[in-house]
Amino acid sequence: MKEVLNYFEDIFFGIRSLWAGMRITGKYFVSPRQIVTQKYPENRKELKMTERFKGEVIMPHDENNHHRCTGCGICQINCPNGSIEIITKKELNAEGKEVRAIDKHIYHLSMCTFCGLCVKTCPSDALAFGREFEHAVFDKSKLTKILNQPGSSLLKDVK
Amino acid sequence: MTFNIYDLSSFTQSVDAWLRNAMSPGWASLTEYVVIGLVFLILYAVVGLYLVYAERKVCAFMQNRLGPNRVGPFGLFQTIADLIKLLMKELIPIKNADKVLFNIAPFIVIIASFLAIAAIPFAKGLHAIDFNIGIFYVIAVSSVSVIGILLAGWSSNSKYSLIGAMRSGAQIISYELSVGLSLLTIVIFAGTMQLSSIIESQANGWWIFKGHISAFIAFIIFLIASTAETNRGPFDLAEAESELTAGFHTEYSGIRFAFFFLAEYMNMFIVASIAATVFLGGWMPLHFGTGTGFNHIMDFIPPIFWFTGKTAFVVYLMMWFKWTFPRLRIDQLLTLEWKYLLPINLVNILVVAFLTLMGWYFK
Repeated sequence: MKEVLNYFEDIFFGIRSLWAGMRITGKYFVSPRQIVTQKYPENRKELKMTERFKGEVIMPHDENNHHRCTGCGICQINCPNGSIEIITKKELNAEGKEVRAIDKHIYHLSMCTFCGLCVKTCPSDALAFGREFEHAVFDKSKLTKILNQPGSSLLKDVK
Repeated sequence: MTFNIYDLSSFTQSVDAWLRNAMSPGWASLTEYVVIGLVFLILYAVVGLYLVYAERKVCAFMQNRLGPNRVGPFGLFQTIADLIKLLMKELIPIKNADKVLFNIAPFIVIIASFLAIAAIPFAKGLHAIDFNIGIFYVIAVSSVSVIGILLAGWSSNSKYSLIGAMRSGAQIISYELSVGLSLLTIVIFAGTMQLSSIIESQANGWWIFKGHISAFIAFIIFLIASTAETNRGPFDLAEAESELTAGFHTEYSGIRFAFFFLAEYMNMFIVASIAATVFLGGWMPLHFGTGTGFNHIMDFIPPIFWFTGKTAFVVYLMMWFKWTFPRLRIDQLLTLEWKYLLPINLVNILVVAFLTLMGWYFK
């Protein structure tokens, strides 16, 4: 008797669970607003990448052309594939003392894997990830970028 | 009955009479065969291509995607572009394959679905052959396609093909029973195997309403079993991508592959139209009882729309299954058939016979 009961229990449990699955897909089918696909080339103007998107490594500059990079070279050491090169120079500060400053922060986008170690380890938060992602170019040399803008200088209070 | 306002048989008869006037009877018949064959070929291509498109769209919407949307408006020409691509692909010869069987297999599969489509009533008077054993013919002919699948698997000289073909054989042999028995319930109700008479018997209500719970059970079983018979998901073990690359058509390329692909979708269409004809009234408009105003309004929608609408509904149900459920294992597949569907079906037939005997259904 128990076997017979189990048999019918199996059938009804099966139907119930199958119907639960079909309800979900059926609901998706009739709710076109939930579609997550974006039509990319058409929506370029209004396309907004999310905060955590890793497009490329950038060095943010403020309105007075100041950046926060001290040229310590920690990002260069931490980069696993050598896509960052730091060239420093000696500079006189306000007290007439000779200090190290960044001359060129060279970033090879072609070698970058976007692991984020440089951004994470920078002690003075000089690096960040940009939202730009359309990097295709015809000339490989264009993928080598100098992140600090010409004529820029270190922000005052950065250690 | 007013559903004869869109009767196409007078049109077909006038064409027949005109042809017989213009030429000798032999030539007239030959012309008719050629014309009907051409119509079916075109129908085959159009329906097959647009079922593929519909499947991709339905699947996409169920997964919160857009689906094909690049070629033409809403991607309507996507499958045509795919077909052109497949036509231009190289037919790769397989080393040590059985050349003759390898080349014949796709044709057997496609001929089987062609044979089945001949017996389907599309509208009143739009019916190529009205056999008096219509349902039996369709069941018999649609199981021929498994021979093509077995030959494809055997002749490909590939382990994946062979395993896929063997699975397909086991699957179709077991599910054929359920398909036949579930159609038999309606045959008992209607008292005939002729598809046109089955439709006429639904003039005062479709069998799924008139036969209430028994017909509904038979309809569900038919849906499950026919999905399995056409090798579609969740019963697509014969071409399980994750295990067998592509199953029986692993070694096929270009247009031969397209034949298998088209045949799969046409089989789905045929199965859906059989379900629509037998359970949902075919081209018969929605009627309740006899001679009410509601029935009269329904008669103004042409039968061909009723037929396509019902078929599309059943096709949608099958796609809904496919994109919801995960694929069954071979033992689960056989358990489902031999332990659940077949006993339920047999009991159901007994109940239906009793109901018909006592007249306990809506007449």
